[in-house]
Amino acid sequence: MLGGLLDFHFMQNAYLAGTLVALLAGGAGYFVVLRGQSFAAHMLSQVGFPGAAAAVLLGFSPVLGLVAFCVAAALAIAWMGRDVEAGSRVESAAVGTILAFSLGLGLLFYHLYVGSAHGMFALLFGSVLGIGDRDVALTLAVVVASAAVLAWAGRPLVFASVDPDVAEARGVPVRTLSAGFLLVLALAVAVTVQIVGTLLVFALLVAPGATALQLTARPLLGLAVSVAVALAVTWLGLALAYFSDYPVGFLITSLAFGLYALVRASRAVRSWA
Amino acid sequence: MSPGSSAVALDRAAVRLDGRDVWRDATLQVGQGEFVAVLGPNGAGKSTLLKALLGLVPLSAGTAEVFGRPVRRGNPEIGYLPQRRRFDPDLRIRAADLVRLGLDGASWGVPTPSVAKRSRVADMIALVGASAYAQRAIGELSGGEQQRILIAQALVGGARMLLLDEPLDSLDLNNQQAISELIRGVCRAEGVTVLLVAHDVNPILPFIDRVVYVAGGHVLCGHPEEVIRTDTLTRLYGAPVEVLRTTDGRLVVVGLYEPVSHHADGH
Repeated sequence: MLGGLLDFHFMQNAYLAGTLVALLAGGAGYFVVLRGQSFAAHMLSQVGFPGAAAAVLLGFSPVLGLVAFCVAAALAIAWMGRDVEAGSRVESAAVGTILAFSLGLGLLFYHLYVGSAHGMFALLFGSVLGIGDRDVALTLAVVVASAAVLAWAGRPLVFASVDPDVAEARGVPVRTLSAGFLLVLALAVAVTVQIVGTLLVFALLVAPGATALQLTARPLLGLAVSVAVALAVTWLGLALAYFSDYPVGFLITSLAFGLYALVRASRAVRSWA
Repeated sequence: MSPGSSAVALDRAAVRLDGRDVWRDATLQVGQGEFVAVLGPNGAGKSTLLKALLGLVPLSAGTAEVFGRPVRRGNPEIGYLPQRRRFDPDLRIRAADLVRLGLDGASWGVPTPSVAKRSRVADMIALVGASAYAQRAIGELSGGEQQRILIAQALVGGARMLLLDEPLDSLDLNNQQAISELIRGVCRAEGVTVLLVAHDVNPILPFIDRVVYVAGGHVLCGHPEEVIRTDTLTRLYGAPVEVLRTTDGRLVVVGLYEPVSHHADGH
């Protein structure tokens, strides 16, 4: 039944890039949800869109605009939230304000842009089925670099996320780590968004981590489950898209949502019974 | 007491925050293994005193030493329980993992499995009597259970001093007594020096060796019998306080009305 799935080069590249993005987003997403920064992740995955539009308008490569906007937004939230815990009220207000402004800018650049709207559409909803070899190599480099940073800083990051006051007293640079995490997230998102689209990156940054944290309170196991869920929904979504007429972004987000809803429902039933 | 044997030595120390002195000219010594109550009105700078010993708040004058060395951030000899509300009920990390973070949470690098570290964590959890619920998520535990876990976390790195900021606040009477006795036991059995900021001194009154009181911009130190007296406490809190003796000889402090000190204005 699976015959033919990987016959075409574009499907091989879709699986390669999808797998790499799922590894990164599933891993980083565990920390996003643990830190209560889902909204910040949502913002970072969308904030690059006007950046890319601005870059195209000015005649630069879209990726430059993406990186510039994502990094600027990450630094802005880190600065505005410098005196409060990650995921606080102040942070969400700052995130919401920046997100609305960035979408407004996006509208402006779209208005000024005379070319076709297809590029914008691809950026938002992804073009995972049209990925070139160079994009796969770029994704690989970003994933390896981000994963190495997260693995190295993972323990202090968990400490700073769950118990910032004690972590600070024990010598963890809580604020620097908080800004650094957002920065790594911003860079990773900026590069992967233009390859697989905002929707896929955002879906894989929150739902798998949220599902994993419902299933287990063990940090290492949670991280592994988050990555496994991200991989599973990506692989299955790509296969379903190949054998059906439905868009891959819809299929992957639906699978991720369905799994999360199932886990929440079963936990609710268990605690009720 | 010779300076070399003190756990804490402040010499004419002062802390300035937002352009005002929280306290100044603080000179005191706490001996190793002592159980010290830190008392004073709200906003007088009790938490700031603990943070100064942790190196989280810089001194504007004078010196502060912990175990004979200048204070520094990240000192593994100190275990710290910050003043806090309870953990978020949705926080999904096991109590045992939180204790483990006290052992190696500040280390960079990829974690590797370690039997020695795991058994150290299990020992500390057993010491505080939390083995029954250490595998559950911290947010699901009661206030008293969370405090036991946090004491294990503070001790697990081999701390020789505990700085506890209102650890008994928001606990019911039974738990206040149980946690006080646990801390006293750790202090006596392991020789750990304890500085405990208390809102209500009664639960720890039978155990304390020394009282540090922070009020009106000063930090003073005394023996319990000098401080836990009707006249001294009334002056210290600036409000009527009475010290009574029960029929079995224990002291009880009543009417501990806590005015917000004028230093807290604008905070």
